[in-house]
Amino acid sequence: MDLDALVGCLSSSACLVTQTTSGLIIGMLLFLVAVGLTLIFGVLKVVNFSHGAFYMFGAYFAMTAYQLTGSFALAVLAGAAGTAVLGLIFERVFMSRVYGADVLMQLLVCYAFVLIFDDVVRIIWGPEFKSMGMPAAFQVMPLFIAGGVVPPYYLLLIGVALAAAIVLGIGLSRSRIGKVIRAAAHNPGMVSALGINTGLIYGGVFALGGMLAGLAGALAAPVRSLTPGMGFSVLIESFIVTVIGGMGSILGALIGALLLGLIRSFGSLGFPLFTEGLMYLFMVIVLVSKPTGLFGKEAA
Amino acid sequence: MTELEARRAETLVPARGATTVWARYRDVLIALIAFAVLASLPLFTGSKALLDFVIRCSAYGLFATSLNLLVGYTGLTSFGHGMFFGLGAYSFGLIMQKLGVPIPIAFVATLAITGVVAAIIGAICVRLKEIYFAFVTLAFQMLIHSTILSWASFTGGDQGLRGGIPRPVFLGVDLSNHVHLYVASCALLILGLLAMRQIAQSPFGYTLRMIRDNAGRASFLGIDVWRAKLTVFVLAALFASMGGMVMALFVSGAYPEFAYWTISGEGIFINMLGGVSTFLGPMVGTVLLLLLNDTVTRFTEYHGIVLGIVILFFALGLRKGLLDFVAEWFAHRREAGEGR
Repeated sequence: MDLDALVGCLSSSACLVTQTTSGLIIGMLLFLVAVGLTLIFGVLKVVNFSHGAFYMFGAYFAMTAYQLTGSFALAVLAGAAGTAVLGLIFERVFMSRVYGADVLMQLLVCYAFVLIFDDVVRIIWGPEFKSMGMPAAFQVMPLFIAGGVVPPYYLLLIGVALAAAIVLGIGLSRSRIGKVIRAAAHNPGMVSALGINTGLIYGGVFALGGMLAGLAGALAAPVRSLTPGMGFSVLIESFIVTVIGGMGSILGALIGALLLGLIRSFGSLGFPLFTEGLMYLFMVIVLVSKPTGLFGKEAA
Repeated sequence: MTELEARRAETLVPARGATTVWARYRDVLIALIAFAVLASLPLFTGSKALLDFVIRCSAYGLFATSLNLLVGYTGLTSFGHGMFFGLGAYSFGLIMQKLGVPIPIAFVATLAITGVVAAIIGAICVRLKEIYFAFVTLAFQMLIHSTILSWASFTGGDQGLRGGIPRPVFLGVDLSNHVHLYVASCALLILGLLAMRQIAQSPFGYTLRMIRDNAGRASFLGIDVWRAKLTVFVLAALFASMGGMVMALFVSGAYPEFAYWTISGEGIFINMLGGVSTFLGPMVGTVLLLLLNDTVTRFTEYHGIVLGIVILFFALGLRKGLLDFVAEWFAHRREAGEGR
């Protein structure tokens, strides 16, 4: 334990800014993955145990696209679009067969794909750590805010994630498709009786969830190292986010992810050996004191 | 009612009066015969590989069967059961290395540690709904795994617990002798299986089945569902920890992989492979998975793909384990026999 470091940081504005931004980018990436997880659970009633693989594929797709085209915008697009297609295929061909089945079956099918996807990445891109490198456009002087160092790329990352949160929130509550999706989550039988193709809705929601995870992976690619299996810890953390925020709630996912990000960045100062433990401890406290999560309606 | 539940319901055959005495001793008799057969194996074969295989089967078999107490009998789909396997291996290894006590004392101490940890984790987890239960147990597994990795001064970090586990002779049993270790592993396996069988066939075991089939009804009948679930969670953890100890003795160390989530995933798959509707299903699954693993790793380094496809074949194609088919075949035959 190193409480002096934590207290020292809290009293210095430079350290405060640096740690807060690093907490924010961890949180924003987690939010993108977690919101897909919570969306898929809300509508399809399955927890996509292989969701971390979409994050991983997003990062690898982006890296390859960036190496081929040299354009970072295209790389992000490739990461998001590639995982959306993957999500659609995965849902229609495999997941749709285990709806309503035992949780055991759903977990097993996803478990099988975690193994398969990790090996596919190992075959295509190799088992070693890869790095995409910071795009040229962002290799500029970092900004100094109140003495703290903030790379411009972090601002882009936070901006994109926030934009995704707003579009998603408004889209689900206001647009016609959003209303249909919410109706399908509530009563799929009635929705399909009204002549709406629920299979398409399910596939679409899964593709959207996969796309958000892929977007997170693509955005993370310049700042994280790429390795097969990189999605798994992200999956666990985003599950913790959804437990804290409440399963099915977008606002909950945002707040939960930001809290977890800040816990991680400040916790690494005060409790370097127990940073991960802090997250779990926080989850347990929420689970015990408010089983629905901070913003959820349904008890865990 | 899903297919799986329907099949589970079939297994609820009440014991008939005249056969209960036989049934009570049948399991013990079978266990004695099985132990005699396994223990006499070194007399007929000098193959170290075969004995090693049986030791590994003992470790994983104890673990997988204990998981079936949760998954098959109680309907608790734990995806973090492997944490107790790892905890058992590490606690046992650390106690032996740091304290140098006789093996049975370390064994009991490890069970005590596992029991306390399982009671704390279980108290938080068992009241959660299925999918939350699966993931929160998994989260705890990741917590234990990351603690092992980061607390390197105590656990050896990602290098694992090296330097070997001392195995002092106790009452003439020398576990550094391969044959002694083999017989001891078999004994632990058989004793563990017998104990779990007793739990499964006891009134408590039938309470668990009722909770699985209809927790609401069990609750109305005055059963404290939370307490029953917590009890079986702790019991299952103890047997998983036993499996971990056998593993630690076998490799003379403990590695972070023992506590990694893939152990839990394999445990779930073993249960699927062998079938959750019979007591010995997980044991059959263990043998099959270890055979499969050994064969696949000989041919390709990408054994995740092969394993994944096999899992898909079972989960999407067959939708039940091998012993489930055997049990169904017997059930059909009995029905046909009674119809005549």
